[in-house]
Amino acid sequence: MSFIKTTTQNIRRSPYQTIAAIVIMTLTFLVVSFFIFLLAGSSRIVSYFESKPQVTAFFKNEAKQEDINDLQNKLKETGKVSNVKFVSKQDALAIYKEQNKNDPLLLDLVTADILPASLEISTYKIEDLSAISETLKSSPIVSEVIFQKDVVSTLTSWTSALRKIGMAAILILSLVSIFMIVTIIGIKISHRKEDIHIMRLIGATSWYVRWPFILEGMFYGAVGAFSAWVLSTVALVGASPFLSDFLKGIPIFPISPIFLLIVLLTELIMAAFLGGLGAYLAVLRYL
Amino acid sequence: MIKFQNVSKKFGLGTHALDDINFSVDKNEFVFLVGPTGSGKTTIFRLITREYLPTQGSVLVGEWDISRLPKEKVPTLRKRIGVVFQDLKILQDKTVLENVLLPLEIDRKDLIAAKKRAEEVLGEVGLSEHTNKFPTQLSGGELQRVAIARALVLSPEIILADEPTGNLDPATSWEIVKKLIEINEKGTTIIMATHNFDIVKNVDKRVIALDKGKLVRDERKKDKEAKKQS
Repeated sequence: MSFIKTTTQNIRRSPYQTIAAIVIMTLTFLVVSFFIFLLAGSSRIVSYFESKPQVTAFFKNEAKQEDINDLQNKLKETGKVSNVKFVSKQDALAIYKEQNKNDPLLLDLVTADILPASLEISTYKIEDLSAISETLKSSPIVSEVIFQKDVVSTLTSWTSALRKIGMAAILILSLVSIFMIVTIIGIKISHRKEDIHIMRLIGATSWYVRWPFILEGMFYGAVGAFSAWVLSTVALVGASPFLSDFLKGIPIFPISPIFLLIVLLTELIMAAFLGGLGAYLAVLRYL
Repeated sequence: MIKFQNVSKKFGLGTHALDDINFSVDKNEFVFLVGPTGSGKTTIFRLITREYLPTQGSVLVGEWDISRLPKEKVPTLRKRIGVVFQDLKILQDKTVLENVLLPLEIDRKDLIAAKKRAEEVLGEVGLSEHTNKFPTQLSGGELQRVAIARALVLSPEIILADEPTGNLDPATSWEIVKKLIEINEKGTTIIMATHNFDIVKNVDKRVIALDKGKLVRDERKKDKEAKKQS
């Protein structure tokens, strides 16, 4: 109880140092929050593309249904294919109509005859796409093969680069935060040197003196992380109409409140740890 | 209770703060420690509270030899000794009550019981009406009594009072001494360092005199009486 009382007193009595510590922690955790959102969003986008039919083979008009079935079976036998879907000329027309329902002029001009039948194929692994694509290209009934390997691999390399940049930024900012907390707590310790000396003379143990400073560091971390979480969540919610428009069709929004709470909890734990660690280093150095 | 055996304390440049000191203080005894400035009175207190370690000899406090006392036991030793510091060492940003509560908080006493005990001790030293005042709002004598209350609050076995009457007028000085005698009569061992020879002469207690770090006189009550008769 007395630790908490002393901690609150320490915080109240030096408001500028308190603000500086909280601001630096907020900055660090703003970066952490945005990085988490970006990473979660990009992995959702990657998995969306991965789950989509990744190779589409369009058939020649003269392709017979039994040849298409043979090809379909041949693909399934490779064991690399997770899903194969046949889209007939009629299905293709229905999809076309749905996509262009607001443009009657485009609908009038198109009939099922001019749209090719196709096979949409998903694989378990991205690296199997090339082999499947080659098999399809070598078939005499296939006129064209398109696949999304490039989209997925570009996204994957972006995500991986983002992860590295984010990790580096978090590491640097965490180190800056720790040093800031060490400095601020160090100043506070030297400010209260006489009081600490008196407390020791009347029987205070080292940890009795140290705990309020460590709690203070943890408080700065937790308040900084909470502020950063509020700011980043508000920014994300504010930007979601634009983002959901931009990422049309990719099911990211609305963001689950459970996900946001998990982010908050993770950040609070991480921040309290960072703040506590900074303060611990300061008390080891100065007390 | 306290025993100094061939104790010497030398500081960095070879200055002898204490030189081969031998004396012991029994339980419930009241001792005046006298001597000019720099004679080693405060060093003796600092050895008893293990702020310093002796360069030579041994200092025994109760069952502990302070040279061999592990670092983690020092707080326990200090809680058994109440100290009225020469410069009082009152925390300026805490109220009278908070200052007196501090040793109880350090000793992890229950807050309600601690508050009750602190108020009781403040009552004993006549400061009941000043509990919520800050040190800057008190007179010298009142501050001195806050320091005594803080030293007393954990009911220590020993109280070390370093010049508790310094800078006080004679009436207030006597008030403080009477308070310390009263505490001693309740069973607490007291060592009081002082310059005030008027008090030492008129209070019938043992006197240990120091000069330049040497013990020059150790006069018990009976010796004083014999001296008076002769």
